[in-house]
Formats: sequence, C-alpha cells, structure tokens
Amino acid sequence: MLHRILIANRGEIAARVIRTCHRLGIETILAVSDADLDSQPARLAGRTVRIGPPPPAESYLNVAAVVAAATRAGADAIHPGYGFLSENPRLASACAAAGLVFIGPAAEQLALAGDKLAARALAAGAGLPVLPGGQVHDPAAAEALAAGIGWPVLVKAAGGGGGRGLRPVHSPGELAAAAGQAAAEAQAAFGDPRIYLERFVRPARHVEVQLLGDGDRVIAIGDRDCSVQRRYQKVIEEAPAPSLDPEQRAALHRAAVAFGTRLAYRGLGTTEFLVGPDGGCYFLEMNARIQVEHPVTEAVTGLDLVAEQIAVAEGRPLRLGQADVTVTGHAIECRINAEDGQGRPSPGTVTRAVFPAGPGIRTDTGIQAGSAVPPWYDSLLAKLVVSGPDRAAALGRLGPALDRCEIGGLATNLPLHRALAADPEFAAGAVDTGFLERFAARAAAGAGAAHG
Amino acid sequence: MSPADDGPPALLSSEDVKDILRLLDGLGFGEFTLETGRFTIRLTRAADGGWAQQTQVVTGPVAAAEAAAAAGAPPAAGPAGAADGTWIEDKGHALAAALPGPGPAAAADGGWREIRAPLPGTFYRAPQPGAPPYVEVGSLVGTGTVVALIETMKLMNPVYAGTAGMVSEICLADGQFADSGVVLMRVAAPSPAAG
Repeated sequence: MLHRILIANRGEIAARVIRTCHRLGIETILAVSDADLDSQPARLAGRTVRIGPPPPAESYLNVAAVVAAATRAGADAIHPGYGFLSENPRLASACAAAGLVFIGPAAEQLALAGDKLAARALAAGAGLPVLPGGQVHDPAAAEALAAGIGWPVLVKAAGGGGGRGLRPVHSPGELAAAAGQAAAEAQAAFGDPRIYLERFVRPARHVEVQLLGDGDRVIAIGDRDCSVQRRYQKVIEEAPAPSLDPEQRAALHRAAVAFGTRLAYRGLGTTEFLVGPDGGCYFLEMNARIQVEHPVTEAVTGLDLVAEQIAVAEGRPLRLGQADVTVTGHAIECRINAEDGQGRPSPGTVTRAVFPAGPGIRTDTGIQAGSAVPPWYDSLLAKLVVSGPDRAAALGRLGPALDRCEIGGLATNLPLHRALAADPEFAAGAVDTGFLERFAARAAAGAGAAHG
Repeated sequence: MSPADDGPPALLSSEDVKDILRLLDGLGFGEFTLETGRFTIRLTRAADGGWAQQTQVVTGPVAAAEAAAAAGAPPAAGPAGAADGTWIEDKGHALAAALPGPGPAAAADGGWREIRAPLPGTFYRAPQPGAPPYVEVGSLVGTGTVVALIETMKLMNPVYAGTAGMVSEICLADGQFADSGVVLMRVAAPSPAAG
C-alpha cells in the first residue's frame, strides 16, 4: 500500500495524477523546477520539492535530483507521468536501489520497449505482424534491403520512437546518404547509432491498444485512433477507433495482449499499430507508460487508469478480468496547445482560462488564470474530452464545448480544433495520418483566397 | 491524511460539478460562484444553454521542509534537445513553421545590424549536437540564411539572418537561454565600397 507518492512531472498530467492520489487518500509531493514553483499542480499538491533550474536536463530529466527529492520527502513511490523520465530504465533502477516503488514497468521492460529493434523482434516472435524491414548494418548495403522491402522506405532509429528519429526515403539514390546521416544523428541524440528500415505505408491510420498487466496477466482496455497528427504529434484522439470491423479489432487486441504477455508486462502500456489502406495491421512500437490520450479510454470504460496503475505498482494482481472491460459509447479528445495557427509555439502568461462543463465533458489542465506557460516544456495546455452514446453524439458535443473554451494571454490551437470539429471528412471518421496536413493546406489556401 | 494542516486544496470533482449543474438547470439560475479559502469556481451558462467553468486554486504551494535540489549535481550542461531527442527528427517535420523574419534588422551604429531572438528559448548554433555551427564570426549571410535554432516548447525554430552581411559577433554561447528579442548576433553590413 502506497502512502506518499512523488510526482516527477508537470502540467496537466501532474494535476491528473494528484487528483487520483487524493481520491485514494495518498499524499502527494510534486517535484518542481524553478519555472513551476507556483504552477497550478504545485498548488494542488500536498507539498512541492524543488529539483532544479528550468531546463529539463537540470530538473525533470535529472534522475539523481528526482530520486533524492523523493527520498528526502519521505515518499514511498515515484509516478513519472509521460515524457521526461517516464520510460527511462535508469530511473526505474535508481528507484529500486533507493527502496522506492517506480510506478511503471520493470527497468528491463522499459529497456526492451525503448529499443525499437528489440521490440520489433519480440513482436515478430510473438506472432504479431510487423512491416517488411530490418536492421541496416552498412549504409551501402541498405539499398538491397530497401529493394526487397519496396519503395518508399522509412529509416528509423532503434533508440527513437514516438515520431522521433524518422526519415522517409523515396528513391534509391538518396538512401545511402540518408542512412549514414540518420545513424550519425541517432548516435548524437540517443547514444545508439543503430537504424533500421521499414516499408513506408501511406495512407495509414494510427491505432493503439491500451494494455494493463500485473506481471502475470495482461488485459486489453480498448483501443484508440490517433491518426489526426501534425509533424508526428497527435492533435485529436478518440476511443474506440472508428470503422474497424469486429474481427480486425479483435485481432488487434489479441496481438497487443500477446505482446504484453510475452513481455510479462507489469503496468500501463500502449501498443501502437499502423493500419494500412488494405486493412492490414502492423505492430509499430510499445509505449511503456501512461499516454497523454488515456482519458478517452477512461470515458468509454469508466475506469480510472491511474488508480489501476498504482494498484499494480503496489504489487496487487489485476482487479479486472478481460470480461470486466466493457466499452460503452465514444469519446474524442482535443489537445489544446499554446501555439498559433501555423503551429509556432506561444509561451507566455495565461490571463483567462474558461473551460466547458456538463454531462459528457471533461477537461484536464494544469493552468488557470495567472499561470506561466514557460518556453522550456511542451505546449500542451489542456485536454478537452467529450463523450456520448455514439460517435455522432460525441461530435455533436465537441463544437459547442470548444466554443465555450476561452484561453487568454497566448495563442492557442483552439481555432484549428473548431475548424476540425466542423469538417465533414473528420466527421465521417477513419481519417489517415496525412489528413491534418491536407486539412491545414486547404485551410491556408481558403484563407488566401478569402483575402485575395 | 494530508501532510498540511488544512490538507491540499481538494477541488470539486467533475461529478460534484455535474451535480451542481443539474441543480442549477432545475432552478433556472444562469451563474454560480463558490469561493472557499482554497479555491473559487464560477459556473456560467452560455448562450447555447451549455455551461462554462472557471476554476482558480487560491492557496499557494506548500514547499516541503527541505529543498532537495542540491542532491545530484546537474549533468554537464549540454544541448537539452539531445536529452529528449528533439534534435533528430527529419527537419522537414521537426522544425516549426518558418517564423516571420525579424524584419529588416535595425541598423545600429556603424552599420551593425542585429539578429534578435524571435521567441524565448534555448539558443543552438548547430542543427544537431556535434554538427558544425550554422555560422561563425566572419561568415557571410543573406536575408534567408539560417544562422541558429531557438528551441521553444520542444520545437526547433530556425532563426534567419534577416539581413545581408558578415557575422561580426555571436553574443550567446551555445545552449544558453535567450529571452524574446535578445540580440543573438551582430552582422556588419556589406560596405558599399567592397561591392
């Protein structure tokens, strides 16, 4: 039983974790950088502990400072949230060494999921479909591999993931140079020069399955579609993934559970799949942490995923069987970011923060009027989640709910979300990962025409 | 049990808010404000009949008795981007949309022109760790030359020279934080005689 949890994160996810901890009667200590001493989550937490200056490398990414803060505050566990150290095996190991519970999978499981080549091999070994591809040992020999895969190909870094370390290559002439450069960049960024090729499938959808495991048993908690992306960053997510036929959905869930079971996974995790135009599903990677978009799953299952995550971290067996998980209705999440219409970041100070309330509406945020939005961290301000008995009902709530959002003091992507909520292609469902770029180009052309 | 005497500022849960809204809907009120010592919540009915909420936590943060910052020396200052990997993305995707140029750089005394930070963020001289810098003192630049990156909110934003000439001074060290509008570099305008 955990009594006092240190949260090594910031923003909306810190506020989110604090809320569940307090509901469970668990004390919270929030680790804060100097930029976040007076943040909304700092005000919500039972206590705060300063861990360093604003740059992430000196605070939220500093394993020693985070573990020392937890030890000194008398915490018995660390919740890493997402991003920052959440998938860093060194934090998991340091927690074990310090006698702290790491609320996440074991260090070896993090290391395996973080090594995209190892995860790919494990998936293939567990019988999951993977895209044609393989490791590039020698840039000069890459062309033969690519010819076997079929053009275009995607050069990926074994240490990358989540959209980082990707490089599409369209013709044989570019490949050797691209592979060499990708390996050098991967070495510099991840300390790991290994790269691999995979077939670059377009148009594709991004569908993922939520997993929960106790180290013994693994269950699937529904699926999500995250195809509305810009520069590989998700903008809108929904649960369940629209327009999958029941066999396809069941196959995805089975594949995800097979992967988690092969890992003897303990914790919350997500297996990501690419769904091709022919309906083929391919394993992409595993995220061994809570996802930003977990609230859409909570909205359709009625579960508190953070509470389940804490329960398995306490060493309890799963409280749910696969048959206990039922998906009812549909939920859509919009990531409200501090960025302008062109996707340029917009740090600053929030002067006004109004969010919608009512049935079928949930807002997760770490800001309020007066909050600083510092330049050092990501631009997520709030997540608006709407839900209803079906997708049409959820969509019907989305537009009016977005209209009631007001964030003053900085630019936000609320206008983009309002336009998307009114877009017939998005309303039809099952858009592919190229949809948002096309939509933005269309909107820009329309604006140009209107002004011209 | 909370460590603080009064406990943390437990906000109303979304279920509490929904209960209040149900009550307000039944009573026909259009606005509701609750102020406690810990938070305020204001609910207002929008024109479409839906509700909007403003929540403000008014209690300040409670610092734990002892700062742990001293523990664990921060790692050697390096490009923070390397730690979270933002450097490696395909530049076509990783770079934020082109920032509007700073406009014609203001000519300072003696024909110097200044290149200023278009956004607050971390100043990087090279496209990725270990790569050669975009420019050195003495480099010739044109208006559209990328001279540096500013990392803001995990996005790498190119900084354009915005002027033509020779880089005469680089004012910040690689990896240093630059506030918006801070002078990053100075450029000597090409002398008409040298043309």
